Amino acid sequence: MGKTLFDKLWEKHVVSGEEGEPQLIYVDLHLVHEVTSPQAFEGLRTNNRTVRRPDRTFATMDHNVPTKDIFNIKDQISRKQIETLRANCKEFGLRLADMGNEDQGIVHVIGPQLGLTQPGEIVVCGDSHTATHGAFGSIAFGIGTSEVEHVLATQTIWQLKPKTMGIHLYGKLQEGVAAKDIIMALIAQNGVDFGTGYAVEFFGETVKQLSMENRMTICNMAIEGGAKMGMMRPDQTTFDYLKGRKYAPKNMDKAVEYWKQFYTDDVTDYDTVIEFDVSTLAPYVSWGTNPSMAVPVNATLPKITDMNVQRAYDYMDLKPAIKATDIPIQWIFIGSCTNGRLADIQEAARVMKGHHIAENVTAWIVPGSRTVKNEAERLGLDQIFKDAGCEWREPGCSACLAMNPDKIPVGIHCASTTNRNFEGRQGKDARTHLASPAMVAAAAIHGHFIDIRQEEAI
Amino acid sequence: MEAITIHKGTTIPLMNNNIDTDQIIPKQFLKNILKVGYGQHLFHDWRFLDDGTPNPDFILNKEERKNATILISGDNFGCGSSREHAAWALKDWGLKIIIAGGYSDIFFMNCTKNGILPIILPQSARNTLAQLAPDDEITVDLPQQKVICQDNVYSFEIDATWKQKFIDGIDDIELTLKQEEKIRNFEKNMPVFE
Repeated sequence: MGKTLFDKLWEKHVVSGEEGEPQLIYVDLHLVHEVTSPQAFEGLRTNNRTVRRPDRTFATMDHNVPTKDIFNIKDQISRKQIETLRANCKEFGLRLADMGNEDQGIVHVIGPQLGLTQPGEIVVCGDSHTATHGAFGSIAFGIGTSEVEHVLATQTIWQLKPKTMGIHLYGKLQEGVAAKDIIMALIAQNGVDFGTGYAVEFFGETVKQLSMENRMTICNMAIEGGAKMGMMRPDQTTFDYLKGRKYAPKNMDKAVEYWKQFYTDDVTDYDTVIEFDVSTLAPYVSWGTNPSMAVPVNATLPKITDMNVQRAYDYMDLKPAIKATDIPIQWIFIGSCTNGRLADIQEAARVMKGHHIAENVTAWIVPGSRTVKNEAERLGLDQIFKDAGCEWREPGCSACLAMNPDKIPVGIHCASTTNRNFEGRQGKDARTHLASPAMVAAAAIHGHFIDIRQEEAI
Repeated sequence: MEAITIHKGTTIPLMNNNIDTDQIIPKQFLKNILKVGYGQHLFHDWRFLDDGTPNPDFILNKEERKNATILISGDNFGCGSSREHAAWALKDWGLKIIIAGGYSDIFFMNCTKNGILPIILPQSARNTLAQLAPDDEITVDLPQQKVICQDNVYSFEIDATWKQKFIDGIDDIELTLKQEEKIRNFEKNMPVFE
């Protein structure tokens, strides 16, 4: 009996406790943002505690940050939350990528971009999309604020070892089908809780061919299938991505030698396995109010089978049996920790180039970080979007969860490269349709979704 | 953390599946830097109509359910965002126990930190509990791992360590800091790449 990637990572980090009971696990990297940390710092102060390892903690601001005029936060409570993080970082001696700083951005975009996220690590953050970092061959998961406080104080966390699930991705993606479609299809076919209680590893030929950006998109949405950890074996693509990044090891050879031990010995080592052929996948579009309510773009919307489905149709103001391409799109959003990296922005720009968005559509493009924004501008991508009639904005979480002023108006159908289509997620009574960056860009041009596999023109 | 051993209380059913933490506490209420005061915003978008008045059809607004301490719900309760504000809001409202078909892993952990007991029961049992009248009391006996409802007794599973934590109401950090030597030893032996 061999071991999985997850087992090998886990056993390297156990500080105390036996398997089968909660174990104390060491945390290599703790990422912090403004929304889920103030109460944790307050807890430290109340109990006269310090941050055990400031050198393993890194903070930034992303959820509240305005994407139009970043230095002018009109919402007083948002401003207070931002100022509180700034003050807490100063008091406890933490590194902070502050607003306007070159390194600032969505926490799950900057971790990898700065080389903080590395194979073999345990990474935590008070945010469920921390699963993103698992793409590097690490155990990465979201935690609550009490756990944030615990990690700040002790650099460890109590966890019950989850079961392991291997998801075997094989086959070659068709032109126009993206990593986003793989994870959306998996969730559509297996439900929003198929991964609950599991650490999920994506493996197989398809994974080996994917860029780090695409791998991150898939691991990012593992949580939408219930798995708080999604991960992939680190390989040459991983090592090449990390080389030369600000906080990556200078002596890469030694690190790579260590990282190479992290892989699953045999497929039989997982507690359960899902086989998934990606070669027949179509681009996916969500129609309902959770990520499993999604269909291939060339399909019709499903029948009403229970009160949960009925409720979703009522909220979305849609009807069964219409085609996904018939959904009217009045707004589009490109960005977020799922699809806000340079490769995603490039993919959207490739589709948008030389076109103009439909007359009744508003389009927001929000880079995932300051660096992504700068690099995109260096490549002239901002001009492509502006020429097409889109708004090119400042980096942040923005309309993915609409905590800042970026809200989709009531009743509007928004094609979005984000991760959650919950009721009210992008603004009260806003109607979210999740899809890949290329699909969303094409929807902006046409005012509705199209099957981008068949569109010769783009 | 408040300890839980044997709890007697009335119920409030909210039987949708996949109730996400965005519904439990919408994002506009996450900007506060305190742990208290979230109860007034619990299920905000379902509780209030567009003009800001309470939705009379929503069960949390029913006068006869106002004192309920036990929430009965569907599968995959608390999915989505990691926001602990969801647990704080449920607790602040006065809820002490949730009985659902399952929980997201992160939400479950947040419950263990806040003295909210997340119980898993099969749908048939939950359907029975959902039919209870507003003033029908049920008993949750954590040491015996039983939910007692009139003539029905339902057993539930819970990890032994979490169970003890609920019964004792202990602060985790204090416990962990006692392991300082082990943590220090771990740090001495871990690989570091410069």
